[in-house]
Amino acid sequence: MKGAVDSIETFGLVDGPGIRTVVFLSGCALRCQYCHNPEMWVKGKENYTSDELVAKILRNKPYYQRNHGGVTFSGGEPLLQIDFLLDVCQKLKKENIHIALDTAGHGVGRYDEILSLVDLVLFDIKHPDPQNYKDLTNATIDESEKFIKAMNQSGKPVWIRQVIVPGIMDNETYLDQLVTYLQKIENIEKVEFLPFHHLGFEKYEKLGIKNPLQNVEEMNVDECQELYTLFVEKYNKVASKPLKES
Amino acid sequence: MKEEWRTFVEGPWTTEINVRDFIQKNYKPYEGDESFLEGTTPKTEHIWNKCSDLLKEELKKHVLDIDVDHMSGINAFAPGYIDDQDDVIVGLQTDAPLKRIVNPYGGIRMVYQELDAYGYHLNPEVDKYFNEFRKTHNQGVFDAYTEQIRKARHVGLLTGLPDAYGRGRIIGDYRRIALYGIDYLMEQKKKDWDQLLGPMTNDLIQLREEVSMQYRALDEIKQMAKSYGFDISRPATNGKEAVQWTYFGYLASVKENNGAAMSLGRVDDFFDIYFERDLQEGTITEKEIQEIIDQFVIKLRLVRHLRTPEYDELFSGDPTWVTCSVGGVGEDGRSMVTKTSYRIVHTLTNLDTSPEPNMTILWSLSLPDNFKKYCAKMSIETDAIQYENDDVMRPIYGDDYAIACCVSAMREGKDMQFFGARCNLAKTLLYSINGGVDEVKGDLVIPSFEKMTDTVLDYDKVKASYWKMIEKVAAIYSDAMNIIHYMHDKYAYEAGQMALHDTNVNRLMAYGVAGLSVACDSLSAIKYAKVKPIRNEEGITVDFEVEGDFPKYGNDDDRVDMIAKEILEKMYQELSKHACYRNAHPTLSVLTITSNVVYGNKTGATPDGRKAGVPFAPGANPMHGRDASGAIASLNSVAKLDYANCCRDGISNTFSIVPTSLGHSKSEQIENLVGLLDGYFAQMAHHLNVNVLQREMLIDAMEHPDKYPLLTIRVSGYAVRFNRLTRKQQEEVIARTFHEKM
Repeated sequence: MKGAVDSIETFGLVDGPGIRTVVFLSGCALRCQYCHNPEMWVKGKENYTSDELVAKILRNKPYYQRNHGGVTFSGGEPLLQIDFLLDVCQKLKKENIHIALDTAGHGVGRYDEILSLVDLVLFDIKHPDPQNYKDLTNATIDESEKFIKAMNQSGKPVWIRQVIVPGIMDNETYLDQLVTYLQKIENIEKVEFLPFHHLGFEKYEKLGIKNPLQNVEEMNVDECQELYTLFVEKYNKVASKPLKES
Repeated sequence: MKEEWRTFVEGPWTTEINVRDFIQKNYKPYEGDESFLEGTTPKTEHIWNKCSDLLKEELKKHVLDIDVDHMSGINAFAPGYIDDQDDVIVGLQTDAPLKRIVNPYGGIRMVYQELDAYGYHLNPEVDKYFNEFRKTHNQGVFDAYTEQIRKARHVGLLTGLPDAYGRGRIIGDYRRIALYGIDYLMEQKKKDWDQLLGPMTNDLIQLREEVSMQYRALDEIKQMAKSYGFDISRPATNGKEAVQWTYFGYLASVKENNGAAMSLGRVDDFFDIYFERDLQEGTITEKEIQEIIDQFVIKLRLVRHLRTPEYDELFSGDPTWVTCSVGGVGEDGRSMVTKTSYRIVHTLTNLDTSPEPNMTILWSLSLPDNFKKYCAKMSIETDAIQYENDDVMRPIYGDDYAIACCVSAMREGKDMQFFGARCNLAKTLLYSINGGVDEVKGDLVIPSFEKMTDTVLDYDKVKASYWKMIEKVAAIYSDAMNIIHYMHDKYAYEAGQMALHDTNVNRLMAYGVAGLSVACDSLSAIKYAKVKPIRNEEGITVDFEVEGDFPKYGNDDDRVDMIAKEILEKMYQELSKHACYRNAHPTLSVLTITSNVVYGNKTGATPDGRKAGVPFAPGANPMHGRDASGAIASLNSVAKLDYANCCRDGISNTFSIVPTSLGHSKSEQIENLVGLLDGYFAQMAHHLNVNVLQREMLIDAMEHPDKYPLLTIRVSGYAVRFNRLTRKQQEEVIARTFHEKM
């Protein structure tokens, strides 16, 4: 079976625990305004067989030993290439590789199957409010809610990732909304705030795509940290499992 | 048992010279973290402040002072102090700190050039000896060199040969002095000498003469120590004496010799045994122990040798390679990390980061996790640490080896090596295309090869010719090495260092190569792309046109990585065909130090698209910027080179990474660096220099050196103050791949 791999980062340190190989699968149905990988919206040529990809991931096995390193499937939306993803993950599971799935939950079903193979979900929250979700991504929130249900059923640990875009998420009202929304998700181990940055801007220019946020400033890292501290305070008041502040 | 050995566990070491056995019977592994470590004492502060001022002055003048009235020798100088009140460990090379020694034994012309460069003149009384009465190593070598060796040297096919200065890379087992006292060592040498009987062949006569010289050298070490008020005829009785006695041994070696690398060896467990006993006996505090280690390390940081400006170009930044090997694991599987392993690395905190002593961690997957994390933390903070894989060296060298220079392992007191600099693999490849004619100078260096006339280079044809060329070059290289080391033994024998070896020492002939990544990428280009030579009127290829892409070393791509491996195997196989002086065993290293810049400068354009004069990548590194598939792919390529069967003298890799790419927080960065080292070394890779820094900072430091007086970086097997590199070398370091992630 073949899949469309946009690129592979062999030394991924920020997409899950430990040292990870990050596989970017191309193709995504969302059009997030702050997307920093717009080159992966359209599914590319199917360029890897599942065996080739597995071999590539296993090559770095010595680096995975510490702190549950392993592989992270990202994109794009990896769930869109579900057959390929299932095939690869089944093979990796036999080799005891720790698998993380970096997703917005906007796939095409078979969520239980894939979640049974995955060790960790990095779940990207776009916006808790259905209308705002639509405005931000050009898609409905429903699919991701289906995925959340499956995630809860699977019992797999979840790391929440939230991009903080100035003017949209950098206020207390948003934090309150987020805290409430996250109550829907069980097994949250960690919440990461990712400050909006301009590193992807060049790509928009190269691809000739209009960048809807081109006039928005980068999110200040210190302010983002302050927001996070405030968020943790609010979250821990209501959550069953408190978060550690970091 | 001697009084000095009270409470030590006995073993074979009590009746024979056997430091390893003493260590294994007595050391105490430490699994804890660094929280026990102490800061500096007022005495250390005072001493180090004084030294810092002197070092600043030296940086301005390049050389602080030179003793032109004496020649090198173990006991040739009056005692010197930094401060006679506050020196806790005493001894300087000459009578004043940073005052350099004139060592004419390697070559007198070199001495003149050195003195000239700094406006000094040799005392005429001294000058006449090496002009009128005595021959030097350098003269001996040139009396014997063949025309072909001279040519190979002149064009830069062989560079950095130790034919005009000390060869270095010999580690005396300085600990023997502390454990046994000089008198016992002298007795043993006398016994050995008495037994060296039989038909008086050249070999036997030479050895008898040498053992006599060793015996006298031991006595000189004793006299030198006496001039500082210490009686080292007997063993050391406590930790402070153990350090002081050991240091006298090392000090003697840097008074007597000026080898490129004058390494210290492995002292952490040895010292620790004494400190543990002192702590048990209640005669010392942790603070006092750290004071001794700090002051010992200050002394090591002051070691200097007199060099010519040309030498500085080759090995930039005044390095001395006081390589200090720390950690490792014993043959029985116990960790050899002790509290003193921490104390030694901790000097980088107490006394700021520094290139010397060359901190070398013997890494093993089974080192205690606390120590791994501590080293990673110190790497991130100081960029002053290199890592070498104990798991690949231990099966070959046991658990009492140490690193000389950058990557050369030797069993302490059992092995010595004949340092051989390196030959240029990229130039050798060009010769195989150009019929043995040098592409820069136009001289015919290797006869009986045809110039290629093809419009597009053919891989099989080039490879066949390259292989033949390697055979020829290996033969010349071997001849040069044999001559050099014959003469070095004859005219500049290291009696003091060899006295601290077994009489029947095992010798290694340490060959080396430079330009590996250029050579393998060039062959890959010829194989996978279309390479058209551009020739001058004489039919010499002066440039190449490369059409199409090709696999490049450093991307974990077997198509080219296997070529790199094959080149090394071919080179080693050819070198091994030649008999070595004194039955030495040939070894090979892939190491350039900073000479990759000079090598590149002397080498024409290459088929990989590298232009004429552009620096090579250092050591076994992928070529700058070509390792584009991320840090791990780059490391994986280097890890494929074979240490155990091919490159037993070391495979050097220098790795630079941007801090934020290692993780968000410091603790994440530490974890990830440990994971990276474990992953690299699990594949039986040999060596890694780690720099965690921003390229922008280096560019800023190049423009504003005063803002970064202490900035230390690892270059290739050693660390250096960035502001002591030449501009060209700074630019080369900045051009290297910095692994970062968006």
